[in-house]
Parts: sequence; C-alpha cells; structure tokens
Amino acid sequence: MLEAWPPPIFDPAGPYAWPITTLSWVLLAMAAAVLVLVVVALWLALFGSQRAQAKVGGTKIIWMAGIALPVVVLTALLLYGLWLTSSLSDEIEGDEMRVRVTGEMWWWRVAYLDDEGQPVSHDANELHIPVGQPVVLELESGDVIHSFWVPRLSGKLDMIPGRRNLMRIQADEPGVYGGQCAEYCGGPHALMGFVVVAHEPPAFARLMIERTAREQAPAPGAASQGAELFQTTGCAACHRIAGTDANGLAGPDLTFMGARRTVGAGILPNNTGTLMGWIGNSQAIKPNNRMPPYPVLSREELQAITAYLEMQR
Amino acid sequence: MGDGLQPALCILLLAVVTLTSACAPPPEAVTETALASAERGKAAIERVGCASCHTITGISWPQGKTGPALDGLERRGLIAGELPNRPEVLAAFVQDAPALVPDTAMPAMPLTDREALDVAAYLYEIGR
Ligand code: HEC
Ligand SMILES: [Cu+2]
Repeated sequence: MLEAWPPPIFDPAGPYAWPITTLSWVLLAMAAAVLVLVVVALWLALFGSQRAQAKVGGTKIIWMAGIALPVVVLTALLLYGLWLTSSLSDEIEGDEMRVRVTGEMWWWRVAYLDDEGQPVSHDANELHIPVGQPVVLELESGDVIHSFWVPRLSGKLDMIPGRRNLMRIQADEPGVYGGQCAEYCGGPHALMGFVVVAHEPPAFARLMIERTAREQAPAPGAASQGAELFQTTGCAACHRIAGTDANGLAGPDLTFMGARRTVGAGILPNNTGTLMGWIGNSQAIKPNNRMPPYPVLSREELQAITAYLEMQR
Repeated sequence: MGDGLQPALCILLLAVVTLTSACAPPPEAVTETALASAERGKAAIERVGCASCHTITGISWPQGKTGPALDGLERRGLIAGELPNRPEVLAAFVQDAPALVPDTAMPAMPLTDREALDVAAYLYEIGR
C-alpha cells in the first residue's frame, strides 16, 4: 500500500490535529470507565449478596448513577472538549497563505491563491504547504457534498455546493500526509484520496516560484508524439496542461503530473507502470470514475502519452 | 582385537561418515533465489502498484486490465512469449522488462534486485 494512504487516524502531526486526537482518547477512556461501572452493577444485581442487590435495585441509585453522575460527567466533558478544541475555531487572521480546494466526483481541484484571492497556480489531488505555519483552505464543491480530511493535520470539514468553508491546517514536520474524502459522495468515494506534502519554508518558496513561472511558460515536450496524441485522442478536452491548447476542466489539471506523488487521486504511487495502467484502463483501478478507458491506444501510443505526462513537472 | 579387524573397521567408519554427511545440507549451496520470500514479494507488488495493470491472484485491489492477468506462471512456457521461465529471468524481467524484451509495453519498475526476486517468488507461489 502507499506510504501515506489510507492515512493513520491517531497520529497527529500539527496543532489543529492533536486536540482532536486527545479528545478522542479521553472520550474513549470515559466510555470504557462507564462500561466497567455498568458491568459491575449488572454483576452485583445478578450474583451479588442480598444487601448488594438491594442497593443496586433502589431508587437512590437511579438518582445518583442514572441522573446525577451523567449530568456531572457529560457537562465536564463538554466544557473540557470546548476548551481543548477552541483553537480550531479561532478567528482566521487573513494574512495566512490560502489555497482553494474543490471536491469533485472523485478527485480534488487545487488552486493556490495570491493576496487578492486570484489563482496563481493550479494542481490536483496534492497540496504543498510550508511547515510551521497555518495554511487556510477554502473548501468548495463542484457537485455533491464531500468532506476534506487529512487526519494527521486537521479535523474534517464538509465541502458543500454553493458554500465556501474555511479550515486551517498546519504540519510541524516536513513529510507526506495522506487524506481521504470523509463524506460518502457516491461511486468510488472510498478511492478518493489526497496527499499533503509539507516542505521547509525555503524549499516551499522555491517550489511556488517555479510553479507560478511554469503557468506562464510553454509546456515541455510540445513537439513529442505524446503531445500530439494528448490532443488527438481527446485527453485535452478533459485535462488542462498550462502553456498548451489542452484546457479541459472536467478532469484533474495535469500541468505537474510528472511531479505528482500519486495517480488516481492519492491512491497509487506515481511511476511509469501505474500511470500507464491508469491511462490504459482507469476503470479497472477505480470503477465508475469519470475517465473513459483507452483500449484503442497501441503500445507505442500509450508509451508516448505516458512519457509526455512524465515530462510535465 | 585381531590385526585383520582394523582395516574393516576403518572402511565401516568411512562409510558411516560419508553416508551421514551426504544427508546434511551443503552450506555453500544456498542461492539467492532460494532465499526469496513470496510474502515480501507481495508487499513489494503492493508498494509499487503492479496490479494497476495486472490482475494478480491474492491482490484484491486494484485489478488492472492494461496488461495480462498473472496466474499460473509456474506452468507457463515462456515469459512474455520469448524468455525462459526461470526465477532469475522472471526477476530481471519484472525489474526492467524493456532491457530483455525491447518491444514490450511493460516499463521498468522501481524494484531493488532483492525485491525483484521476491516478486518472482510470489508469482510462482500463486501459480502453483
Ligand atoms: C471524459 C473526460 C476525460 C478524458 C477524455 C480523459 N480523462 Fe483523464 N481523467 C478524467 C477524470 C474525471 C479523472 C479523475 C478520475 C478520478 O480520480 O476520479 C482523470 C484522471 C486522469 C489522470 C490521473 C490524475 C491524477 O492526479 O491522479 C491522468 C494521468 C489522466 N486522467 C490522463 C488522461 C489521458 C492521458 C487521457 C487521454 C488518453 C485522458 N486522461 C482522458 C477525465 C478524463
Ligand atoms: Cu466522498
């Protein structure tokens, strides 16, 4: 399986994830304690001495353990939970880096925004962030309700058609963090993964400079057979590659496909083999996704298109 | 003990020694292919995603269709229709197919030598 997918859920790696993990463990511990209490009471009621049976059978115990105890425990837990997770709903400052992530059936559209909120670089299924600082995500949906979830960096937040939900994520260490759509959105929802890559700030700054420059420049490999096939076999109608005539928006942006870590929305490692397998027949890998299979491509054609996409980095 | 017994005893001892030592495994004969592990091979297959193109017995997802299904490799005559079906050859093929069969659609895969032997071991095991 992939290094980061499916993602581990009890392994927080940033300030917006650890309160949730801590709260989960506390709730689990409380639930376990209550279970023990109930089982002990039941055991006493069934097999205890006469005195014990009378005790657990009285009305007093109902008032104490049935009403007073839950009120106290649940109120305490609620207050503790609100306090623990209060940082998650802190006011967003407005000077954080912003990225728009749009849920699509069954992949993710990614746009890095400038200070005015205009997209400066497009990508898909992968998000690059600098470590040690919060990044604000504008979560939107292109079709149905999805939910953005990178368990090691944040909680879940729904992506709702016609709305823009804001969420912060932050990674404390460089690394690769897997994500997964957390709201059933039909078909291959279970195979709708995502990847966040966290870099040291200088490396991240370099990457962004390269990528924004690439958006304005001609694409590599423009004279290759693969580039021609990308147009003639119809890929370009659904996929965009910056600096070419390919400007389709129905599928993921492929401007940086050669550098992407995954294929098929976070679910497979990206290598020549998996990329060819995807282009040849993505339906066998991710049943009912919205890209058609291409059994019509010859071996040479498949290799040429794959090589062209590997140049896009 | 008579003088005539000693040579006979020697021969008997010699026979016992050679017979028993023939049963013990020769320590030098352990080969790379014999050490390959089908279990590790399966993990390598899952890590690099061979199943993106091939439906492989024992791998539940994905079940790719761009390449042929991989079962019954133990009984197959030739690898890719032209190579002798031996563990070292299969390992070399899964690691860098175009080096052996230039006009194959299968690309070189990011496997170490060790992993390639393990992958071959897995493919033979499911083919039994
Ligand atoms: C009808 C529209 C359509 C056409 C035509 C199409 N694709 Fe796609 N493609 C998609 C969609 C939608 C996805 C996302 C599938 C998913 O993950 O659910 C996709 C995904 C991909 C991906 C994976 C991207 C990633 O980040 O994982 C690659 C690579 C790709 N397509 C290449 C091609 C190539 C090459 C062609 C032409 C031979 C092609 N596509 C034709 C719609 C299309
Ligand atoms: Cu979903």
